[in-house]
Amino acid sequence: MKISKKWWKGAIIPVTVLLLWQLASFTGAADPKLFPAPSSIFGDFYSMLLSGELYYHIRISIVRAALGFLLGGSLGLLIGLLVGMYVKVEEFVDPTVQMLRTVPLLAITPLFILWFGFGELSKVLLIAMGAFFPLYLNTFLGVRNVDKKLYDVARVLEFSRFKQITKLMLPGALPNILLGLRLSLSVAWLCLVVAELMGADSGVGFLIQDARSYVRTGAVFVGIFIFAAVGKLADSVVRLLERKWLRWQDNYRG
Amino acid sequence: MSTTGKLELLSVNKSFVGAETNHVLADIDLNISPGQFVTIIGPSGCGKSTLLKIVAGLDQDYTGSVFINDQEVSDPSRDKGFIFQEHRLFPWLTVEQNIAADLSLRSSEVRQKVDEMIALVRLDGYEKAYPKQLSGGMSQRVAIARALMRSPQVLLLDEPFGALDAFTRTHMQEALLDIWRTNRTTMMLVTHDLDEAVFLSEKIVVMDARPGRVKQTIVNDLPYPRTRYGAGFQELRSLVLRALEQPGETDESWTI
Repeated sequence: MKISKKWWKGAIIPVTVLLLWQLASFTGAADPKLFPAPSSIFGDFYSMLLSGELYYHIRISIVRAALGFLLGGSLGLLIGLLVGMYVKVEEFVDPTVQMLRTVPLLAITPLFILWFGFGELSKVLLIAMGAFFPLYLNTFLGVRNVDKKLYDVARVLEFSRFKQITKLMLPGALPNILLGLRLSLSVAWLCLVVAELMGADSGVGFLIQDARSYVRTGAVFVGIFIFAAVGKLADSVVRLLERKWLRWQDNYRG
Repeated sequence: MSTTGKLELLSVNKSFVGAETNHVLADIDLNISPGQFVTIIGPSGCGKSTLLKIVAGLDQDYTGSVFINDQEVSDPSRDKGFIFQEHRLFPWLTVEQNIAADLSLRSSEVRQKVDEMIALVRLDGYEKAYPKQLSGGMSQRVAIARALMRSPQVLLLDEPFGALDAFTRTHMQEALLDIWRTNRTTMMLVTHDLDEAVFLSEKIVVMDARPGRVKQTIVNDLPYPRTRYGAGFQELRSLVLRALEQPGETDESWTI
């Protein structure tokens, strides 16, 4: 793989920004209340790591996001497959889903709080709802994008219904399903922030909110950094799967 | 692994009913004996590909009957191998997985047969390659191996080499004859290429368009291996060409 050779190209911009930032803090051009120096943010990060505070909040956030993502994502995948496979199901289900999809999640949040309270349930359900749509849409699209001509081949070779799904439909839809997975993951992460900023007593979102009220700007930056890092990590895992499972694709690679 | 079927078509008719009824196929009768190599040739729109789809069971909207070994054809099945104009390989499967398709390569029986097929179509060394890494001719050979893997009674080929360049096509025709000689599967090949028909088959069925019907059946008893230069080849070629160009009974309004 070529990644090991090229990674430094992607690092140039962030590293330059960090250096300039550090320089600005050093010369006093940046207000430490609003822009604490990267070195001091790292210090905050280190002490939060040592105290176990960071681990505690990250673990809670990841569990919430994972539960919501698993619930919403698997429902999206399943219903997307069914809707893609059967026009009858599509006619009944798709219009409703498309309608719900246009409702902004933030608009539903108050309702979720009313129904399910401030506890874990409302958070997990909000994340699940966000994660549902990208996987649903892309799975549906993926199933419909499978080359129709290949279904003739499956007929001639007398594939069983099961083989038709496992050998033709799923692999054919896989590029779209994986794209949906990536989008779902990022939406789940986004919804987690919404849910935790809205009202929580733990989690990285709470950490940020709490740090803000005590003007611990460094800790706010640490929280943001955690969101970015975990989000990128999850995305990288899916991209790794893409590289492994979609080797057969014959696309333009830039 | 040689299984050869007898193919019988009895007054096959098909028409599209639209603004005006379009007779696609009119009273097609055809007999192909076991192990015979037959080509169907005709202008585009004569329904030759439709005829092949009917034999395959892919097109079920027709009247008349098709028998393979005295069994009436109703659905697509493994005993009728079908080669499409494009290779139609599963892009996510390697060569060997494509040939096995729905069968598991973990079964030693399947494994052995797949290896046999790969040797038959001369693709040794490409077992693990994906379709994107193959040339057009190689892909079509994989498709042929995939069909023969199921030991079909008859192999139906729908302009299989039409999309290939002239050199590859000549090479593939020889490869197909090679396979036929070892395997003796009954072959029914649709083409619009005169040379292909004369080079490959023992019987050439010339079709006419609008309505699609059998105009003439020409027996080709040139000995194999054939060459494209001999006088016999040229003579037969002219014969087929004349049959193709001869105006049909209902051909007063010829259009292009």
